[in-house]
Amino acid sequence: MKQLLTIRREWLLLVIIAVIALGVGTRAPVFLTWRNGMDIANDSAILAILVMGQMLVLLTRGIDLSVASNLALTGMACALIGKAFPGMNIVVLIAIALAIGALLGSINGWLITGFNLPPIVVTLGTMSAYRGAIFVASKGAWISDQDIHEGIKGLPRAEWLGLPALVWFALLVLVLATVFLKYRRAGREIYALGGNPHAATYVGIAVPARLRLVYTLSGMLAGLAGLLWVGRYSIAYTELASGYELTVIAACVIGGVSIGGGVGTVLGATFGVLFIGVINAALPVIQVSPFWQQAISGAVILISVTVNARSERRAGRQILERQGVTG
Amino acid sequence: MTNVLLSLRGVHKSYGATRALRGVDLDLHSGEVLALVGENGAGKSTLVKMLTGVVPMEEGAIVLNGVPQTFSSALDSQAAGILAVHQETVMFEELSVAENIFVGRHLQRGPFIDWTAMNAQAQAVLTDIGARFTATTLVKDLSLAERHLVEIARALSQKALVVILDEPTAALSQAEIRDFYGIVRKLRDQGVGVIFITHKFDEIFAVADRYLVLRDGAAVGTGTIAEASEQALVALMAGREINQIYPHIDATPGKEVLSVKHLSHPTEFNNLNFSLRRGEILGFYGLIGAGRSEAMLAIMGLNPLARGEFQVHGHKFQARRPADAIAAGIAYVPEERQRQGGILSFSVQDNLSLAGLSRFANGLWLSALRESELCQRMTQRLKIKTASPHTLLSGLSGGNQQKVVIGKWLGLDPKIVILDEPTKGIDVGAKQAVYHLIADMVKEGLAVILVSSELPEVMNLAHRVIVMRHGLQVAEFDRAHMSAEAIVAAASGLDGSRAHPTPAGVAA
Amino acid sequence: MKAWNIWERVLLALLVLLLIVFGLTQPGFMSVDTLADSTFNFSEKGLLALAIALLIVCGEIDLSIAATLALCSLAMGYAMKAGAGPWAIVAAALLTGGVAGAVNGVLVTRYKLPSIVVTIGTLSLYRGLALVALGDQSISGYPEVFSVLGNSYVGEVIGVRWLVVPIEFVTLCGFALVVGLVLHRTVVGRRIYAIGANPVAARFSGIEADRYRFGLFVFAGLMAAVAAIFLTGRIGSTRPNIAMGWELDAITMVILGGVAIEGGRGSIVGTVLSVLLLGLFTFGMGMANVTGIVMSMVIGMLLIVSMVLPRLLKSGRAPA
Repeated sequence: MKQLLTIRREWLLLVIIAVIALGVGTRAPVFLTWRNGMDIANDSAILAILVMGQMLVLLTRGIDLSVASNLALTGMACALIGKAFPGMNIVVLIAIALAIGALLGSINGWLITGFNLPPIVVTLGTMSAYRGAIFVASKGAWISDQDIHEGIKGLPRAEWLGLPALVWFALLVLVLATVFLKYRRAGREIYALGGNPHAATYVGIAVPARLRLVYTLSGMLAGLAGLLWVGRYSIAYTELASGYELTVIAACVIGGVSIGGGVGTVLGATFGVLFIGVINAALPVIQVSPFWQQAISGAVILISVTVNARSERRAGRQILERQGVTG
Repeated sequence: MTNVLLSLRGVHKSYGATRALRGVDLDLHSGEVLALVGENGAGKSTLVKMLTGVVPMEEGAIVLNGVPQTFSSALDSQAAGILAVHQETVMFEELSVAENIFVGRHLQRGPFIDWTAMNAQAQAVLTDIGARFTATTLVKDLSLAERHLVEIARALSQKALVVILDEPTAALSQAEIRDFYGIVRKLRDQGVGVIFITHKFDEIFAVADRYLVLRDGAAVGTGTIAEASEQALVALMAGREINQIYPHIDATPGKEVLSVKHLSHPTEFNNLNFSLRRGEILGFYGLIGAGRSEAMLAIMGLNPLARGEFQVHGHKFQARRPADAIAAGIAYVPEERQRQGGILSFSVQDNLSLAGLSRFANGLWLSALRESELCQRMTQRLKIKTASPHTLLSGLSGGNQQKVVIGKWLGLDPKIVILDEPTKGIDVGAKQAVYHLIADMVKEGLAVILVSSELPEVMNLAHRVIVMRHGLQVAEFDRAHMSAEAIVAAASGLDGSRAHPTPAGVAA
Repeated sequence: MKAWNIWERVLLALLVLLLIVFGLTQPGFMSVDTLADSTFNFSEKGLLALAIALLIVCGEIDLSIAATLALCSLAMGYAMKAGAGPWAIVAAALLTGGVAGAVNGVLVTRYKLPSIVVTIGTLSLYRGLALVALGDQSISGYPEVFSVLGNSYVGEVIGVRWLVVPIEFVTLCGFALVVGLVLHRTVVGRRIYAIGANPVAARFSGIEADRYRFGLFVFAGLMAAVAAIFLTGRIGSTRPNIAMGWELDAITMVILGGVAIEGGRGSIVGTVLSVLLLGLFTFGMGMANVTGIVMSMVIGMLLIVSMVLPRLLKSGRAPA
């Protein structure tokens, strides 16, 4: 019965999304077309990739505030490399993005595990540090459309088998995340470690190694997102995606990933991303100022955690013998 | 009984100046249940910690199946095949039973986890031990007794050689205890060596094959259960004249200071009624989970859902917040001194003044003078051993930490002091100090409620004993009419008493 | 709890070092006028840092404080547009700040939600509301008095020419003194430490933890309001991105100031020294024409180093 309740929460979110979509659709039927759906998916793809990484970190009771800076730094690095080597294969660039992102993420992991530092403060520091590094690397100059590597620009425009390339990337990440969290030991241990850190060490889980892994993965996905972002908007500059880490965390929280660790599913997080995507797309259609998006996100976070907390509240110690239980 | 599975020789362990274990020898055969018996502070938990690798051994040898062992971590001892089931279960609540059983060693098929095999194997073990829940249930939906079963299932699944059961039936109902005996016998039949730690004599005689008695860190007696008797065991455990440990209680109860009527809570306890008199020690006995602490929290205003009618010195008293209780002269020394009682990162002096800051201050302003005066007073009165008033609480021994927590409350000159398991986990010397303190308190006219799971404590100190079971008040005994059997019977339901409170003086 | 420990000594030493280095390398740095001018950049942030310090010591956090500032500034703008006089404008700010803080307080105490996630939510909500209300517009035309508050020196106002201390800075010092006294010398302050160090034991000792938490969130909202009044006055207008990202600066200042993120430890002296240190550092670098972003990088690294060093030293000094 309880399992039904948990699954129900995620599907409840889906229902809400559906209701919003239908609601908007009645006013503007174009909203419910496949084309529009693809647009939403396309717009949400990068967020989905980042959310998968952040979810891994949140599951371990950590947080990664540096993802947006990582994204921007890696994006800028790839743009610079792409500008210097216009003939470079896009696959190599993707590999470079993954590598740089992973490196930046692993620095977080190393600081947190090596010196036993709180993730929020470490990633606060690296957030600023990486952001500043972008300026240093680019000397403050923007890299605009004509200088962006063709392959990078081309990626988001490609369509494979009817789906946009970005959506394929996102789907790939979602599938890998699902498999990792359900069928790999390391993935299961992440749930255990977030749920009960003391017990985790006791039963033999290599906690520091797992923590370093999640921060590296979060960084790696941020790196990929950076490359895609630069390609999508055809620009690279210091303030890119500034503040976006909050949107990522918002999507996770809305999707049922607990800040306290140990709770959260790929499905839920995906619905969290979808929610934000649908809202973003819906606002201009119903002629509400897009400026409402942030406020709505905030309100939904508050509502969602309040509701989750109440349903999760333990029933308290049951000491009294329940009626009907034979002694 | 077959070959010697586990043997300990000459095991020593000291914590600073305190000798927790002194040259302990132990033999455990495979397919045998060994009862490890002793009072609080006798060294049982230290021994267990060493066997489970949590604490390093100083001197001595551990030999398992003929192979000498050194455990540098919990993992080492688990890998060697020693598993412990404690009262606080080591569980991952959001994960399923099967996953908890296999955590750290998930079954795999190729590079992926094999859920089908894991669930099936887990279910097999669960059925084997008669569990009534499935392997896919989430642990957070299980009761404490059921979680214990999961731990045992984990031990069985890991093909443990030695299983240590630490007070496993403390919170179980009669039916669950009977089931539990069956499981223990099953473990034994499979050749596992079981070390069974318990306070309850009926369990020792029901399930154990041999016994080992610890007292003050030394092994003072061992033998087969068949040849043993309860009196002999008690004598070994206490080992000295009762009146040497327990002070004479020199006070006669006077007028009523506290009256509690219809104290109830939606889930934790129901309809408690009792009174407390000046100069009296009222014992609250019961098994772990009987609801005593929860009831005391209610008196202290720390249990918001509880409802009851209280009168202190004849005046109606509303226990809405702790400040109300403190103002009425009630003090509560909690069970877990490190989590609830004191702040480890605060100094001794700062801990002592914490509950009555406004009294030891100058209006809004802190007063170092008043606080240090309080600290001096309490340190002397309770003989707290600390290098300086500014030493952090974390730097003190368990017994001294407990004294600081008690001192915090005594400093407020309370009329009623509730002590919740005050001698839990402290050494025998400190225990005696606490007993003497209790005797002094009532001599000065305080009234004391002593919540304790240590039968000898309660029997030797209390004027009256109230027994709780499963949240209900089931019996009340006064000094003249109490016997160990009657009290234990009431606490575990063996006397057949059901849900109704009985008037004072009734023995089973 | 002691206000003056090793950490504070180190910070003071670093501050002195900074003054010397900049004094030598930047001509004109060590003049009274320059130093006074430098304080404008960090006085408002310092007010936020004081409130955040109290919250972190108490075991909570407030990521929404800068967004609250924006909302207060917005309230000021509306009040002004509605024709209100200066006192009413101030009241509008304070009221908004108090309510915004109270919302955080209620969610944390009554619904028992973790403050980090609540304040991430209110951060988005408040900043979002400011965005919705203003779009890409701004409100300006505040009464003269606000510009005086934000830009003038005490000397100008009371007619003593050489007292070149900005009103803002004096206000910061005033609040720092009060907050410092409260935290380190009063019963309230000791209880805040207790709640942060061990909330269960604090409650068992009769401390009403929830009341204090609520109060501190409201205080944070009020500090945001005061900061809004000064900042709006200083820059003369309200824009939706006012004080953007300042919550992270404030938290950095507090952590660098020696307050432990897990609560129960830290000092206001350290916080103030850290505010001065970071503020002067940023200003000095600005004089040397180093951009803000690079500064962020340095500050980010400083934050990390400031936490790594003590751990390294502790393990190096482990007993043989």
